[in-house]
Amino acid sequence: MGLELYLDLLSQPCRSIYIFARTNNIPFEFKHVELFKDSVLGKKPAAASGAERPRTGPCLSCAEDPTSGCSTPGPSNSEGDGKISLLKKVPVLKDGDFTLAECTAILLYLSRKYNTPDHWYPSDIKKRAQVDEYLSWHHANIRANAPKTMWIKVLIPLFTGQPQPSEKLQEVMEGLSTSLKQFEERFLQDKAFIIGSEISLADLVAIVELMQPVGVGCDIFEDRPRLMEWRRRVEEAVGKELFFQAHEMILNIKELSNIQIDPQLKEHLAPVLMKMLK
Amino acid sequence: MSGRCVQPPTAELRVPVGEHRTEEFRKVNVLMKVPALRDGSFTLAESVAILMYLTRKFKTPDHWYPSDLQKQARVDEYLSWQQAHIRGKGSKLFVTKMLIPILTGQPLPPEKVEGATEELNVVLSQFEEKFLQDKPFIVGNDISLADLVALVELMQPVAAGYNLFEERPKLAEWRRRVEEAVGKQLFQEAHEEILNAKNVSADKIAPELREHFKQQLLKQVN
Repeated sequence: MGLELYLDLLSQPCRSIYIFARTNNIPFEFKHVELFKDSVLGKKPAAASGAERPRTGPCLSCAEDPTSGCSTPGPSNSEGDGKISLLKKVPVLKDGDFTLAECTAILLYLSRKYNTPDHWYPSDIKKRAQVDEYLSWHHANIRANAPKTMWIKVLIPLFTGQPQPSEKLQEVMEGLSTSLKQFEERFLQDKAFIIGSEISLADLVAIVELMQPVGVGCDIFEDRPRLMEWRRRVEEAVGKELFFQAHEMILNIKELSNIQIDPQLKEHLAPVLMKMLK
Repeated sequence: MSGRCVQPPTAELRVPVGEHRTEEFRKVNVLMKVPALRDGSFTLAESVAILMYLTRKFKTPDHWYPSDLQKQARVDEYLSWQQAHIRGKGSKLFVTKMLIPILTGQPLPPEKVEGATEELNVVLSQFEEKFLQDKPFIVGNDISLADLVALVELMQPVAAGYNLFEERPKLAEWRRRVEEAVGKQLFQEAHEEILNAKNVSADKIAPELREHFKQQLLKQVN
Protein backbone atom coordinates (compact mmCIF):
# COMPACT_ATOMS: atom_id res chain seq x y z
CA MET A 1 0.00 0.00 0.00
CA GLY A 2 1.67 3.17 -1.19
CA LEU A 3 0.90 6.81 -0.69
CA GLU A 4 -2.80 7.63 -0.45
CA LEU A 5 -4.25 11.10 -0.69
CA TYR A 6 -7.83 11.62 0.42
CA LEU A 7 -9.09 14.62 -1.48
CA ASP A 8 -12.17 16.41 -2.68
CA LEU A 9 -11.34 18.87 -5.42
CA LEU A 10 -14.11 21.18 -4.29
CA SER A 11 -11.83 22.02 -1.40
CA GLN A 12 -9.04 24.49 -1.91
CA PRO A 13 -6.40 22.78 0.25
CA CYS A 14 -7.11 19.55 -1.60
CA ARG A 15 -6.48 21.22 -4.92
CA SER A 16 -3.10 22.55 -3.91
CA ILE A 17 -2.03 19.08 -2.79
CA TYR A 18 -3.43 17.44 -5.90
CA ILE A 19 -1.69 19.88 -8.23
CA PHE A 20 1.56 19.65 -6.28
CA ALA A 21 1.65 15.87 -6.33
CA ARG A 22 0.69 15.61 -9.99
CA THR A 23 3.01 18.32 -11.26
CA ASN A 24 5.90 16.63 -9.47
CA ASN A 25 4.91 13.17 -10.68
CA ILE A 26 4.58 11.88 -7.16
CA PRO A 27 2.90 8.47 -7.35
CA PHE A 28 -0.19 8.30 -5.20
CA GLU A 29 -3.57 6.69 -4.99
CA PHE A 30 -6.25 9.30 -5.34
CA LYS A 31 -8.92 8.52 -2.76
CA HIS A 32 -11.79 10.59 -3.94
CA VAL A 33 -13.90 11.93 -1.14
CA GLU A 34 -17.01 13.75 -2.20
CA LEU A 35 -17.64 15.98 0.76
CA PHE A 36 -21.17 16.81 0.00
CA LYS A 37 -22.41 13.62 -1.50
CA ASP A 38 -20.87 11.24 0.98
CA SER A 39 -21.24 13.24 4.17
CA VAL A 40 -24.57 14.54 3.27
CA LEU A 41 -26.05 11.21 2.32
CA GLY A 42 -24.15 9.48 5.10
CA LYS A 43 -23.50 6.53 2.90
CA LYS A 44 -19.80 6.22 2.44
CA PRO A 45 -17.51 5.37 5.32
CA ALA A 46 -14.99 7.80 6.74
CA ALA A 47 -12.11 8.44 4.40
CA ALA A 48 -9.19 7.65 6.60
CA SER A 49 -10.33 5.30 9.30
CA GLY A 50 -12.46 2.79 7.48
CA ALA A 51 -15.14 2.95 10.17
CA GLU A 52 -18.56 2.28 8.76
CA ARG A 53 -20.83 3.90 11.32
CA PRO A 54 -23.09 6.63 10.03
CA ARG A 55 -22.40 10.04 11.37
CA THR A 56 -24.55 12.06 13.67
CA GLY A 57 -24.23 15.71 14.40
CA PRO A 58 -22.06 18.28 12.80
CA CYS A 59 -18.67 19.11 14.13
CA LEU A 60 -18.90 22.67 15.31
CA SER A 61 -15.28 23.40 14.83
CA CYS A 62 -15.73 22.51 11.19
CA ALA A 63 -18.64 24.85 10.90
CA GLU A 64 -16.05 27.56 11.29
CA ASP A 65 -14.40 26.68 8.06
CA PRO A 66 -16.06 23.68 6.54
CA THR A 67 -14.07 23.71 3.38
CA SER A 68 -10.97 22.92 5.33
CA GLY A 69 -12.50 19.60 6.22
CA CYS A 70 -12.29 18.55 9.82
CA SER A 71 -9.16 16.49 9.82
CA THR A 72 -8.45 14.11 12.60
CA PRO A 73 -4.73 14.46 12.99
CA GLY A 74 -2.41 12.49 15.18
CA PRO A 75 -1.01 9.00 14.94
CA SER A 76 -4.25 7.24 15.61
CA ASN A 77 -6.94 8.33 13.31
CA SER A 78 -9.74 6.71 15.25
CA GLU A 79 -13.14 8.26 15.48
CA GLY A 80 -13.97 7.11 18.96
CA ASP A 81 -14.94 10.55 20.08
CA GLY A 82 -18.30 10.13 18.37
CA LYS A 83 -18.35 13.71 17.25
CA ILE A 84 -17.56 13.39 13.64
CA SER A 85 -16.90 15.82 10.95
CA LEU A 86 -19.92 16.56 8.93
CA LEU A 87 -17.58 17.09 6.11
CA LYS A 88 -15.35 14.07 6.46
CA LYS A 89 -11.68 14.54 6.56
CA VAL A 90 -9.87 16.17 3.74
CA PRO A 91 -7.16 16.59 2.89
CA VAL A 92 -5.59 13.57 4.52
CA LEU A 93 -2.39 11.81 3.61
CA LYS A 94 -1.75 8.17 4.43
CA ASP A 95 1.71 6.81 3.93
CA GLY A 96 1.77 3.26 5.24
CA ASP A 97 0.63 3.60 8.83
CA PHE A 98 1.50 7.29 8.99
CA THR A 99 -1.53 9.55 8.73
CA LEU A 100 -1.25 13.29 8.34
CA ALA A 101 -3.73 16.16 8.13
CA GLU A 102 -3.42 19.90 7.47
CA CYS A 103 -2.62 21.13 4.00
CA THR A 104 0.66 22.88 4.85
CA ALA A 105 1.98 19.86 6.72
CA ILE A 106 1.07 17.58 3.82
CA LEU A 107 2.67 19.82 1.19
CA LEU A 108 5.87 20.11 3.21
CA TYR A 109 5.98 16.37 3.85
CA LEU A 110 5.60 15.63 0.15
CA SER A 111 8.24 18.17 -0.85
CA ARG A 112 10.71 16.64 1.58
CA LYS A 113 9.98 12.97 1.03
CA TYR A 114 9.96 13.20 -2.74
CA ASN A 115 12.77 15.74 -3.01
CA THR A 116 10.82 18.07 -5.23
CA PRO A 117 12.67 20.88 -7.06
CA ASP A 118 14.15 23.43 -4.69
CA HIS A 119 12.00 26.37 -5.76
CA TRP A 120 8.88 24.88 -4.20
CA TYR A 121 10.31 25.27 -0.69
CA PRO A 122 13.77 26.78 -1.14
CA SER A 123 16.71 25.63 0.92
CA ASP A 124 17.85 29.25 1.16
CA ILE A 125 16.61 30.14 4.64
CA LYS A 126 15.42 33.62 3.76
CA LYS A 127 13.42 32.47 0.77
CA ARG A 128 12.08 29.58 2.80
CA ALA A 129 11.06 32.03 5.51
CA GLN A 130 9.14 34.04 2.92
CA VAL A 131 7.18 30.95 1.95
CA ASP A 132 6.48 30.19 5.64
CA GLU A 133 5.45 33.77 6.18
CA TYR A 134 2.99 33.68 3.32
CA LEU A 135 1.54 30.30 4.30
CA SER A 136 0.93 31.60 7.80
CA TRP A 137 -0.58 34.93 6.75
CA HIS A 138 -2.75 33.21 4.18
CA HIS A 139 -4.75 31.35 6.85
CA ALA A 140 -5.98 34.40 8.68
CA ASN A 141 -6.43 36.57 5.64
CA ILE A 142 -7.20 35.22 2.19
CA ARG A 143 -8.56 32.03 3.68
CA ALA A 144 -10.73 33.93 6.11
CA ASN A 145 -12.92 35.32 3.36
CA ALA A 146 -12.44 33.55 0.05
CA PRO A 147 -14.20 30.33 1.11
CA LYS A 148 -17.22 32.23 2.37
CA THR A 149 -18.12 33.30 -1.16
CA MET A 150 -18.96 29.71 -1.99
CA TRP A 151 -20.90 29.24 1.22
CA ILE A 152 -22.95 32.35 0.67
CA LYS A 153 -23.63 31.93 -3.01
CA VAL A 154 -24.01 28.19 -3.35
CA LEU A 155 -23.83 26.00 -0.29
CA ILE A 156 -25.99 27.76 2.24
CA PRO A 157 -28.79 28.34 -0.25
CA LEU A 158 -28.47 24.64 -1.10
CA PHE A 159 -28.92 23.60 2.51
CA THR A 160 -31.42 26.17 3.64
CA GLY A 161 -33.33 26.63 0.43
CA GLN A 162 -32.95 30.39 0.61
CA PRO A 163 -30.60 32.82 -1.05
CA GLN A 164 -28.44 34.97 1.15
CA PRO A 165 -28.87 38.74 1.53
CA SER A 166 -26.48 40.68 -0.64
CA GLU A 167 -25.01 42.56 2.34
CA LYS A 168 -23.42 39.35 3.50
CA LEU A 169 -21.63 38.85 0.23
CA GLN A 170 -20.72 42.52 0.12
CA GLU A 171 -19.07 42.28 3.52
CA VAL A 172 -17.09 39.21 2.54
CA MET A 173 -15.98 40.77 -0.76
CA GLU A 174 -14.79 43.85 1.09
CA GLY A 175 -12.76 41.75 3.47
CA LEU A 176 -11.34 39.83 0.56
CA SER A 177 -10.51 43.08 -1.23
CA THR A 178 -8.47 44.26 1.74
CA SER A 179 -6.58 40.98 1.83
CA LEU A 180 -5.95 41.12 -1.90
CA LYS A 181 -4.52 44.59 -1.56
CA GLN A 182 -2.14 43.38 1.14
CA PHE A 183 -1.32 40.35 -0.98
CA GLU A 184 -0.25 42.58 -3.85
CA GLU A 185 1.59 45.12 -1.72
CA ARG A 186 3.38 42.92 0.73
CA PHE A 187 3.75 39.55 -0.93
CA LEU A 188 3.62 39.75 -4.69
CA GLN A 189 4.79 43.33 -5.32
CA ASP A 190 6.49 43.55 -8.71
CA LYS A 191 7.83 40.05 -8.71
CA ALA A 192 6.83 37.24 -11.01
CA PHE A 193 5.97 35.01 -8.05
CA ILE A 194 5.70 35.52 -4.32
CA ILE A 195 9.32 34.76 -3.55
CA GLY A 196 10.86 35.94 -6.79
CA SER A 197 11.34 34.49 -10.20
CA GLU A 198 10.07 31.00 -9.50
CA ILE A 199 6.84 29.45 -8.30
CA SER A 200 6.74 28.08 -4.75
CA LEU A 201 4.21 26.50 -2.40
CA ALA A 202 3.10 30.02 -1.48
CA ASP A 203 1.77 30.74 -4.98
CA LEU A 204 0.07 27.37 -5.20
CA VAL A 205 -1.74 27.75 -1.90
CA ALA A 206 -2.79 31.29 -2.83
CA ILE A 207 -4.11 30.53 -6.28
CA VAL A 208 -6.34 27.61 -5.34
CA GLU A 209 -7.99 29.74 -2.67
CA LEU A 210 -8.61 32.58 -5.10
CA MET A 211 -10.25 30.26 -7.58
CA GLN A 212 -13.03 29.61 -5.09
CA PRO A 213 -14.75 32.98 -5.56
CA VAL A 214 -14.12 32.70 -9.31
CA GLY A 215 -16.00 29.42 -9.36
CA VAL A 216 -19.08 30.99 -7.85
CA GLY A 217 -19.09 34.01 -10.09
CA CYS A 218 -17.05 36.55 -8.11
CA ASP A 219 -14.17 37.07 -10.46
CA ILE A 220 -11.61 38.78 -8.30
CA PHE A 221 -9.09 38.79 -11.11
CA GLU A 222 -11.24 40.94 -13.35
CA ASP A 223 -10.11 44.35 -12.18
CA ARG A 224 -6.70 43.35 -11.00
CA PRO A 225 -4.31 43.08 -13.95
CA ARG A 226 -1.25 42.37 -11.83
CA LEU A 227 -3.01 39.47 -10.14
CA MET A 228 -4.31 38.24 -13.47
CA GLU A 229 -0.78 38.17 -14.86
CA TRP A 230 0.46 36.30 -11.81
CA ARG A 231 -2.35 33.79 -12.18
CA ARG A 232 -1.40 33.19 -15.79
CA ARG A 233 2.22 32.54 -14.76
CA VAL A 234 1.16 30.13 -12.03
CA GLU A 235 -1.07 28.20 -14.43
CA GLU A 236 1.79 27.88 -16.87
CA ALA A 237 4.24 26.86 -14.20
CA VAL A 238 2.09 23.94 -12.99
CA GLY A 239 0.74 23.11 -16.42
CA LYS A 240 -2.47 24.57 -17.81
CA GLU A 241 -4.13 21.24 -18.38
CA LEU A 242 -3.49 20.06 -14.84
CA PHE A 243 -4.64 23.39 -13.46
CA PHE A 244 -7.94 23.22 -15.27
CA GLN A 245 -8.47 19.60 -14.47
CA ALA A 246 -8.01 20.34 -10.78
CA HIS A 247 -10.48 23.21 -11.02
CA GLU A 248 -13.08 21.56 -13.14
CA MET A 249 -15.41 20.84 -10.23
CA ILE A 250 -15.28 24.26 -8.67
CA LEU A 251 -15.73 25.94 -12.05
CA ASN A 252 -18.86 23.87 -12.55
CA ILE A 253 -20.14 24.33 -9.05
CA LYS A 254 -23.66 25.06 -10.20
CA GLU A 255 -24.10 21.32 -10.73
CA LEU A 256 -23.91 20.89 -6.99
CA SER A 257 -27.38 22.41 -6.75
CA ASN A 258 -28.74 19.24 -8.28
CA ILE A 259 -27.59 17.09 -5.40
CA GLN A 260 -30.29 15.53 -3.26
CA ILE A 261 -29.81 16.30 0.35
CA ASP A 262 -31.40 14.35 3.13
CA PRO A 263 -34.12 16.66 4.52
CA GLN A 264 -33.31 15.71 8.10
CA LEU A 265 -29.73 16.71 7.62
CA LYS A 266 -30.83 19.93 5.97
CA GLU A 267 -32.91 20.77 8.99
CA HIS A 268 -30.13 19.93 11.35
CA LEU A 269 -27.55 21.93 9.50
CA ALA A 270 -29.40 25.08 8.58
CA PRO A 271 -28.99 26.82 11.96
CA VAL A 272 -25.34 25.80 12.19
CA LEU A 273 -24.64 27.23 8.78
CA MET A 274 -26.46 30.44 9.55
CA LYS A 275 -24.41 30.85 12.71
CA MET A 276 -21.29 30.42 10.66
CA LEU A 277 -21.99 33.52 8.74
CA LYS A 278 -22.49 35.80 11.71
CA MET B 1 16.42 21.12 28.98
CA SER B 2 18.78 19.05 26.93
CA GLY B 3 21.24 20.93 24.81
CA ARG B 4 22.61 24.31 25.58
CA CYS B 5 20.52 27.38 25.68
CA VAL B 6 21.41 29.43 22.64
CA GLN B 7 21.68 33.11 23.31
CA PRO B 8 21.98 34.82 19.97
CA PRO B 9 22.93 38.48 20.13
CA THR B 10 19.76 40.50 20.06
CA ALA B 11 18.79 44.07 20.63
CA GLU B 12 15.73 44.58 22.69
CA LEU B 13 13.00 46.30 20.84
CA ARG B 14 10.21 47.27 23.08
CA VAL B 15 7.12 48.36 21.27
CA PRO B 16 4.98 50.55 23.47
CA VAL B 17 1.29 50.25 22.92
CA GLY B 18 0.35 51.57 19.53
CA GLU B 19 3.85 52.13 18.34
CA HIS B 20 3.52 49.35 15.83
CA ARG B 21 1.29 51.65 13.91
CA THR B 22 3.92 54.32 13.32
CA GLU B 23 5.80 55.01 10.10
CA GLU B 24 9.09 53.94 11.67
CA PHE B 25 7.76 50.53 12.46
CA ARG B 26 6.15 50.27 9.05
CA LYS B 27 9.64 49.86 7.64
CA VAL B 28 10.06 46.76 9.76
CA ASN B 29 6.72 45.32 8.95
CA VAL B 30 4.55 46.88 6.27
CA LEU B 31 1.58 45.08 7.71
CA MET B 32 2.26 46.88 11.00
CA LYS B 33 2.03 43.95 13.30
CA VAL B 34 4.14 42.27 15.91
CA PRO B 35 6.04 40.05 16.10
CA ALA B 36 8.45 41.20 13.43
CA LEU B 37 12.04 40.26 12.78
CA ARG B 38 14.68 42.32 11.08
CA ASP B 39 17.98 40.72 10.20
CA GLY B 40 20.02 43.27 8.28
CA SER B 41 17.78 44.27 5.42
CA PHE B 42 15.69 41.15 5.71
CA THR B 43 12.36 41.59 7.44
CA LEU B 44 9.94 38.88 8.41
CA ALA B 45 6.54 38.70 10.04
CA GLU B 46 4.35 35.81 11.26
CA SER B 47 5.46 34.08 14.42
CA VAL B 48 5.71 30.59 12.94
CA ALA B 49 7.89 31.85 10.08
CA ILE B 50 10.09 33.72 12.54
CA LEU B 51 10.46 30.71 14.82
CA MET B 52 11.43 28.46 11.94
CA TYR B 53 13.88 31.03 10.58
CA LEU B 54 15.55 31.25 13.99
CA THR B 55 15.83 27.47 14.35
CA ARG B 56 17.50 27.27 10.96
CA LYS B 57 19.75 30.29 11.20
CA PHE B 58 20.99 29.55 14.70
CA LYS B 59 20.95 25.77 14.29
CA THR B 60 19.00 25.16 17.47
CA PRO B 61 18.84 21.64 18.95
CA ASP B 62 17.02 19.18 16.71
CA HIS B 63 14.08 18.54 19.00
CA TRP B 64 12.68 22.03 18.39
CA TYR B 65 11.94 21.21 14.77
CA PRO B 66 13.07 17.61 14.23
CA SER B 67 14.83 16.58 11.06
CA ASP B 68 12.98 13.27 11.17
CA LEU B 69 10.40 13.51 8.39
CA GLN B 70 7.41 12.26 10.33
CA LYS B 71 8.17 14.15 13.54
CA GLN B 72 8.67 17.33 11.56
CA ALA B 73 5.35 16.74 9.85
CA ARG B 74 3.64 16.44 13.24
CA VAL B 75 5.05 19.80 14.29
CA ASP B 76 3.86 21.33 10.99
CA GLU B 77 0.47 19.75 11.48
CA TYR B 78 0.05 21.21 14.95
CA LEU B 79 1.32 24.66 13.97
CA SER B 80 -1.20 24.73 11.14
CA TRP B 81 -4.17 23.44 13.10
CA GLN B 82 -3.59 25.70 16.05
CA GLN B 83 -4.15 28.92 14.14
CA ALA B 84 -7.88 28.58 13.84
CA HIS B 85 -8.26 26.49 16.97
CA ILE B 86 -6.12 27.04 20.07
CA ARG B 87 -4.89 30.43 18.90
CA GLY B 88 -8.19 31.46 17.42
CA LYS B 89 -10.33 30.53 20.40
CA GLY B 90 -7.78 31.48 23.07
CA SER B 91 -7.43 34.95 21.60
CA LYS B 92 -11.13 35.32 21.20
CA LEU B 93 -11.69 34.64 24.88
CA PHE B 94 -8.88 36.98 25.86
CA VAL B 95 -10.30 39.74 23.72
CA THR B 96 -13.86 39.14 24.85
CA LYS B 97 -13.15 38.79 28.53
CA MET B 98 -10.35 41.26 29.01
CA LEU B 99 -9.24 43.43 26.15
CA ILE B 100 -12.55 44.85 24.98
CA PRO B 101 -13.64 45.72 28.52
CA ILE B 102 -10.36 47.55 29.02
CA LEU B 103 -10.83 49.54 25.84
CA THR B 104 -14.49 50.31 26.24
CA GLY B 105 -14.63 50.58 29.99
CA GLN B 106 -17.36 47.99 30.28
CA PRO B 107 -17.73 44.23 30.10
CA LEU B 108 -19.45 42.48 27.22
CA PRO B 109 -22.70 40.58 27.88
CA PRO B 110 -22.05 37.37 29.85
CA GLU B 111 -23.38 35.20 27.01
CA LYS B 112 -20.54 36.45 24.83
CA VAL B 113 -17.96 35.41 27.39
CA GLU B 114 -19.69 32.09 27.98
CA GLY B 115 -19.87 31.42 24.26
CA ALA B 116 -16.19 32.17 23.79
CA THR B 117 -15.33 29.97 26.77
CA GLU B 118 -17.31 27.08 25.35
CA GLU B 119 -15.61 27.37 22.01
CA LEU B 120 -12.23 27.27 23.73
CA ASN B 121 -13.28 24.23 25.75
CA VAL B 122 -14.09 22.35 22.58
CA VAL B 123 -10.65 22.95 21.09
CA LEU B 124 -8.96 22.16 24.40
CA SER B 125 -10.55 18.72 24.29
CA GLN B 126 -9.39 18.25 20.74
CA PHE B 127 -5.90 19.34 21.78
CA GLU B 128 -5.76 16.77 24.55
CA GLU B 129 -7.30 13.94 22.58
CA LYS B 130 -5.64 14.39 19.25
CA PHE B 131 -2.38 16.19 19.80
CA LEU B 132 -1.13 15.64 23.31
CA GLN B 133 -2.75 12.26 24.04
CA ASP B 134 -0.62 10.39 26.59
CA LYS B 135 2.71 11.72 25.46
CA PRO B 136 4.92 14.01 27.50
CA PHE B 137 5.02 16.53 24.65
CA ILE B 138 3.10 16.98 21.43
CA VAL B 139 5.75 15.29 19.33
CA GLY B 140 7.01 12.50 21.52
CA ASN B 141 9.50 12.81 24.32
CA ASP B 142 10.97 16.22 23.76
CA ILE B 143 9.70 19.74 23.64
CA SER B 144 9.29 21.22 20.15
CA LEU B 145 8.01 24.42 18.60
CA ALA B 146 4.54 22.92 18.78
CA ASP B 147 4.55 22.85 22.61
CA LEU B 148 6.02 26.32 22.86
CA VAL B 149 3.45 27.86 20.55
CA ALA B 150 0.64 25.94 22.23
CA LEU B 151 1.50 27.04 25.74
CA VAL B 152 2.03 30.71 25.03
CA GLU B 153 -1.35 30.80 23.31
CA LEU B 154 -3.02 29.13 26.28
CA MET B 155 -1.57 31.72 28.62
CA GLN B 156 -3.72 34.39 26.95
CA PRO B 157 -7.05 33.11 28.28
CA VAL B 158 -5.32 32.35 31.59
CA ALA B 159 -4.26 35.98 31.77
CA ALA B 160 -7.86 36.96 31.17
CA GLY B 161 -8.86 35.02 34.23
CA TYR B 162 -9.91 31.68 32.78
CA ASN B 163 -7.90 29.12 34.64
CA LEU B 164 -8.19 26.39 32.08
CA PHE B 165 -5.46 24.29 33.70
CA GLU B 166 -7.36 23.95 36.95
CA GLU B 167 -9.54 21.04 35.97
CA ARG B 168 -7.33 19.54 33.36
CA PRO B 169 -4.56 17.66 35.17
CA LYS B 170 -3.06 16.24 32.00
CA LEU B 171 -2.71 19.73 30.55
CA ALA B 172 -1.37 21.09 33.81
CA GLU B 173 1.29 18.39 33.87
CA TRP B 174 2.24 19.16 30.30
CA ARG B 175 2.46 22.83 31.14
CA ARG B 176 4.80 22.07 34.00
CA ARG B 177 7.03 20.04 31.69
CA VAL B 178 7.13 22.79 29.07
CA GLU B 179 7.98 25.43 31.67
CA GLU B 180 10.82 23.28 32.96
CA ALA B 181 12.10 22.58 29.48
CA VAL B 182 12.40 26.27 28.61
CA GLY B 183 13.40 27.33 32.11
CA LYS B 184 10.90 28.49 34.72
CA GLN B 185 12.44 31.89 35.21
CA LEU B 186 12.49 32.67 31.52
CA PHE B 187 8.91 31.50 31.21
CA GLN B 188 7.78 33.76 34.06
CA GLU B 189 9.70 36.70 32.67
CA ALA B 190 8.13 36.25 29.26
CA HIS B 191 4.66 36.15 30.79
CA GLU B 192 4.98 38.89 33.35
CA GLU B 193 3.30 41.55 31.28
CA ILE B 194 0.40 39.49 30.08
CA LEU B 195 -0.27 38.14 33.55
CA ASN B 196 -0.57 41.73 34.72
CA ALA B 197 -2.68 42.77 31.77
CA LYS B 198 -5.66 43.57 33.93
CA ASN B 199 -3.66 46.50 35.27
CA VAL B 200 -3.47 48.13 31.88
CA SER B 201 -5.77 51.07 31.67
CA ALA B 202 -7.22 52.52 28.53
CA ASP B 203 -5.66 55.92 29.05
CA LYS B 204 -2.22 54.50 28.30
CA ILE B 205 -3.36 54.27 24.71
CA ALA B 206 -3.77 57.29 22.43
CA PRO B 207 -7.50 58.01 21.92
CA GLU B 208 -7.52 57.61 18.15
CA LEU B 209 -5.73 54.27 18.45
CA ARG B 210 -8.08 53.19 21.17
CA GLU B 211 -11.01 53.69 18.84
CA HIS B 212 -9.29 51.82 16.04
CA PHE B 213 -8.47 48.84 18.26
CA LYS B 214 -11.95 48.83 19.69
CA GLN B 215 -13.54 48.60 16.25
CA GLN B 216 -11.20 45.86 15.09
CA LEU B 217 -11.68 43.78 18.20
CA LEU B 218 -15.44 44.14 18.26
CA LYS B 219 -15.51 42.91 14.70
CA GLN B 220 -13.34 39.99 15.64
CA VAL B 221 -15.66 38.74 18.34
CA ASN B 222 -18.91 39.23 16.47
